[in-house]
Amino acid sequence: MTNPDTEPAPLHLSAAGRRRSGDLPPLSPVIELSDVSLFYGSFRAVDGVTLPIGRNEITALIGPSGCGKSTVLRSINRMNDLIPGTRVEGTISYHGQDIYAADVDPIEVRRRIGMVFQKPNPFPKSIYDNVAYGPKVTGMKVDSLDDLVEQSLRDAALWDEVKDKLKQSAYSLSGGQQQRLCIARTIAVSPDVILMDEPASSLDPIATARIEDLMVELSEDYTIVVVTHNMQQAARVADRTAFFTAQASEQTGDRTGHLVEVDLTSKIFSDPADKRTEDYISGRFG
Amino acid sequence: MVTIGAMVGTAVRPLRASRHGDRSPASIAFLVLLWITLLFAIVSLAALLITSFIDGIDRVDGNLFTQYASQLFPDRGGARAAILGSFWVVGTTALLAIPLGVAAAVYLEEFADPRRWYNRLIEVNLQNLAAVPAIIYGMLTAGFALAIGLRRGVVLAGGVALALLILPVVIISGREALRAVPAEIRHGSLALGASPLRTVWHQTLPAAIPGVATGTILALSRALGEAAPLLLLGAMVFITFDPDGLMSGFTTMPIQIFNWAGQPQAAFRTLASAAIIVLLGMLLVMNALAIVIRNRYQKRW
Amino acid sequence: MLGLRAAALLSIAVTVGIVIALLGPALEFFRQVPVLDFLSGTRWAPRFSNPTYGVLPLVTGTAWTTAIALLLAIPFGLGAAVYLSEYAPTRVRKVLKPVLELLAGVPSVVYGYFALTFIAPDVLKGLLGIQVGTFSVLAAGIALGIMIIPTVASLSEDAMNAVPMALRQGSYALGANKMRTTLRVVFPAAASGIAASVVLGLSRAVGETMIVALAAGTQARMVTGPTQVGQTMTGFIAQTATGESTPGTIAFDSLYAVGLLLFVLTLIANIISIRLVRRFREAY
Repeated sequence: MTNPDTEPAPLHLSAAGRRRSGDLPPLSPVIELSDVSLFYGSFRAVDGVTLPIGRNEITALIGPSGCGKSTVLRSINRMNDLIPGTRVEGTISYHGQDIYAADVDPIEVRRRIGMVFQKPNPFPKSIYDNVAYGPKVTGMKVDSLDDLVEQSLRDAALWDEVKDKLKQSAYSLSGGQQQRLCIARTIAVSPDVILMDEPASSLDPIATARIEDLMVELSEDYTIVVVTHNMQQAARVADRTAFFTAQASEQTGDRTGHLVEVDLTSKIFSDPADKRTEDYISGRFG
Repeated sequence: MVTIGAMVGTAVRPLRASRHGDRSPASIAFLVLLWITLLFAIVSLAALLITSFIDGIDRVDGNLFTQYASQLFPDRGGARAAILGSFWVVGTTALLAIPLGVAAAVYLEEFADPRRWYNRLIEVNLQNLAAVPAIIYGMLTAGFALAIGLRRGVVLAGGVALALLILPVVIISGREALRAVPAEIRHGSLALGASPLRTVWHQTLPAAIPGVATGTILALSRALGEAAPLLLLGAMVFITFDPDGLMSGFTTMPIQIFNWAGQPQAAFRTLASAAIIVLLGMLLVMNALAIVIRNRYQKRW
Repeated sequence: MLGLRAAALLSIAVTVGIVIALLGPALEFFRQVPVLDFLSGTRWAPRFSNPTYGVLPLVTGTAWTTAIALLLAIPFGLGAAVYLSEYAPTRVRKVLKPVLELLAGVPSVVYGYFALTFIAPDVLKGLLGIQVGTFSVLAAGIALGIMIIPTVASLSEDAMNAVPMALRQGSYALGANKMRTTLRVVFPAAASGIAASVVLGLSRAVGETMIVALAAGTQARMVTGPTQVGQTMTGFIAQTATGESTPGTIAFDSLYAVGLLLFVLTLIANIISIRLVRRFREAY
């Protein structure tokens, strides 16, 4: 895994982060995971996670490799459904509705809860068509697709770089631009929540900084959940941080992920309640 | 800042299936269409097998295997010469195509430098040859026989034509089998000081034999069913002797079927479908053999 | 080592041999029949006392049978490929793949018999009430189409399988359903591989002999409709080869002129197909 700087992380809180964490409104959850366990076949990947996700907040999920944080993220918009043999116990509710209820359509869930992946995965289409894809396939009623594409690209801080080459292939963009295109593509369907699975892990530091700035900006309008390996990234952007770790089961030896604690980012990085969190953020393991 | 939300106006609606879900009418219609396409393939195969079977099963009798074809008495005629001829021709094909195909595969996979232009040319050339119409191979062989003054309607010519036809397939499948042999096997041998050629002969090739055999049997089953190149060689149809050598005149099952099916009398067509049953039976045996070899001997690395 | 290389080079020799074998008699033929007359003539009558060698009737025969075959094989082959690649549960796949392999393994002469004894009389005339005779480009084209379904299906299935999972996930994450993901992401991303499968199917349909020789008919006439009798290029070669034609006569040489045209047409198709596959491999 990426080795974070061993300097004490709390000092690296950005101005925005400090401001945000200082006067955070009381938690009003959009999504609530209660006692959620996730299985691949008979393997228990994650056990008993209870986690509220606050409206217009950025929640970071951190922890060592194999702690199940990506699995948890992918359960929030039912992307795990695409892998045969996955199973969920407990409830994940979105605005009070259980998203795993029988009458819920996973497609509708994913439309409201969008996702940005670890590696940029633009479609082999033009920049314009990448952004217009979601509104088209979900049958959104849109007055002007051109305006929507423009606004999405503006919101993703990509418009100025691509406005003259909207018809060019998305593959002509750099990695960082491709990732911002994927973000534009996601917000074009007007989701409520955006899940980001290590969105900057394949990017260089400058592109990473732009994505982080963008996340903070987007949190004005969207609720964001981000999985990251990079603790400083969590410290810089997240309002709240959830720390996960993996424990080997005594009976089976399987490594199962647990949520250790979740709290305000400033609290987690300066005064964690759990010893394991402290060890992790101070670089003693992981 | 204008938000996307404001532009399209989303409210918190229930997460129920929408028009755009997997259970929407359009999605279901699409899936049904896909089922229909598969059903068509299955029904076609079933119809093909069942009609041949119904038409010909009564005629799959002793005469079919022991009698020669008759121009006058289809009721009593048989496919004896064609069955034997198919064995002769496909046997000759195997003797020619296997060593040549495996040698070429070994060269291309183990020794050829893919950056050399001539090796790339061989590659593209093979892909093209695999798709050249079968009948062209007949014209090539006929022209060659004519040029060197040999008779063309003989077992050897038939074997050559079919060997050339399946050679690209044998080479391509042979290469795949060689490629599947893990590098450690080669490196282990080379590290002990064995020459590359010895390594291939003693280590790589033996490890690839199941794959090579499977591909080769499937290619030979294609040769067994192929008739077009043999038409050009003037394979005879009403032969009343057993082929007894490479220079013997011959006919094969597909040629015999072609001829019988083209006759206007119903009795000949019945004979054709009886011969089809036998031919399909022969192909089934070969394919089963290939599957058995694949399942029993192919190691998973 | 030298032997191994020689075996590999044999494939080049085969190609050169094909060109020489076809070109020799074909050039002989074109010395007597101008190339332009051959390519643009609408009457093919090599056995008349005053023979004419316009190849267009044979070309229209081939064009009709091939077009009918593709009309059938493209939707059915692609449908099967989409189902197998995107929808089929593993267990269903295990049953369906062998069905397609069997369909591919049936000798073409059997398809010819099938066209002659079942498709034409029972399906076309009996079931659908279409007025066709014993021979027609329609019956031959349908049998051809069934024969090339596995070609189209297996190559395009490979192409769709090669489309990265990340693209499908990107589409699902936007709330697209399976059908739209398949049609708008997977299908376009696999387009060049799918096109290659269609072109290869076309090449096989153009070059196939036994089906058309049995079921399309033996009269070389300009074909203007699917229920007509027609002779294809391959059908003419097969018919002439099995009849009496003496080497050295112009009738015999005409065989090679048609063969050369056939070779060139399929060569073009094959090269296009090889290029498309390569482009597809480079993309992923």
